Amino acid sequence: MADLAVMLVKVVAAFGALLLIAAYMTWAERRVLALVQVRVGPNRVGPAGLLQPIADGIKLMFKETVIPAQADKLVFVLAPLVSLVPAMAAIAVVPFGSSVTLFGRQVDLVVADVNVGVLYIFALGGIGVYGVVLGAWASNSKYPLLGGLRSAAQLISYELSLGMSLLGVVLITGSLSLKDIVAAQAGYPFILLQPLGFLLFLVCMLAETNRAPFDLPEAESELTGGFHTEYSSMHFAMYFLAEYCSMITLSAVAATFFLGGWRGPFLPPVVWFLIKVFAFMFFFMWVRATTPRLRYDQLMGFGWKVLLPLAILNVVATAGVLALLG
Amino acid sequence: MLAEIVRGLWVTLKHSWRRRVTVQYPDEREEMPRGYRGLHKLLRWEDGLERCVGCKLCSAACPVDCIFVESAENDPARPASKGERYASVYEINELRCIFCGYCEEACPVGAIVLGNEYEFCEDHRDKFLYEKQDLLVKRTDDYPELKARYDERKLLTYV
Repeated sequence: MADLAVMLVKVVAAFGALLLIAAYMTWAERRVLALVQVRVGPNRVGPAGLLQPIADGIKLMFKETVIPAQADKLVFVLAPLVSLVPAMAAIAVVPFGSSVTLFGRQVDLVVADVNVGVLYIFALGGIGVYGVVLGAWASNSKYPLLGGLRSAAQLISYELSLGMSLLGVVLITGSLSLKDIVAAQAGYPFILLQPLGFLLFLVCMLAETNRAPFDLPEAESELTGGFHTEYSSMHFAMYFLAEYCSMITLSAVAATFFLGGWRGPFLPPVVWFLIKVFAFMFFFMWVRATTPRLRYDQLMGFGWKVLLPLAILNVVATAGVLALLG
Repeated sequence: MLAEIVRGLWVTLKHSWRRRVTVQYPDEREEMPRGYRGLHKLLRWEDGLERCVGCKLCSAACPVDCIFVESAENDPARPASKGERYASVYEINELRCIFCGYCEEACPVGAIVLGNEYEFCEDHRDKFLYEKQDLLVKRTDDYPELKARYDERKLLTYV
């Protein structure tokens, strides 16, 4: 019973924090983009525009849900959920702090320490692709279809490199549990051992989350929003949240795999974890403000001819070194 | 390629601590440049008499025909303007106006000028038909920026 209560509290806290951070990331993104573009950004609603996400949320809730007449209604309504739920669920296996003692019981600061945590994250990432593709297909409209097409090809080809780039860390640790991976970085973060893996992961996580310069599926300028062209109201908001949630999740994964997760001197573990996640989030926004969108063939060429061979090379080299060291 | 991206990131980072170019509009306003062509104003002489003599040259010069003037003889006892006649009706359709400034160039007495005002909104199209009392200023000295709109030496001297 007490275990269940602890579990519930952890779930509510983790997902509540995730949603809150995701909402505020929209504000942060607009401020960061404004910063780079020598503008001010949203600063009207509340101090420094901090109430902007809430205003946006209320606005979206009161908007009309438009479902195209020719759309496959059931799939159209379900697709955003298929996108959002895996994006949120993936955060469950990421440890956001060391264990704490509360009311005489040891509580691990991770929602669920799954022994195949890495696989779990990739599995959910794979399902998330369906949300985009299904939504695009169910819209029964030209631009979403093109967006969905791009998304399917892009996400499938980059998922490979994404998995490969993490394999080096898994080889070193010998465990698929994210808790063990953090534990293995007690001495130094794995970015020192896996610099190439880290770089590859950085690129792949941009592609996985449909972020610039890999934002072809939603390319506003060419596809008027791509897969979510036909979406409005909360269904659109769900896609939006899904994108930000998966950004946060992948940032957390990057922090866990390469920067030692919640480890750090002086500050409490949760604070260190958040600092690292926010640093990655800033990187996402910074790159978006800097890079132009790739052309479709460049995207595929880069994924298959550069990233994947490098990732395989990294895995083979890591395995070789580990074998030599015994 | 990596080096180019890093260079790009550095450029964007440098931009992020530049001075902002945003003007926080309702709180702060930019000063209009000299020669800005905003809402029309009908000016007065220093003694308070209207400059407009009702000659209708502005109306003739207007390319979109948005000015309507009707003139009447001045009452010698209480003249409205310095000329023989004055504008009894002076209407400008501000929706039709293209703010070209030809009316102001055509005016021989420097009566009609385009001011700095650009915030004029109405809730009905009909209300954009501005009448003489909407355009006429109380004292020209209150609008020093409008004086720069016409050249005193080029005005007709007989008025």
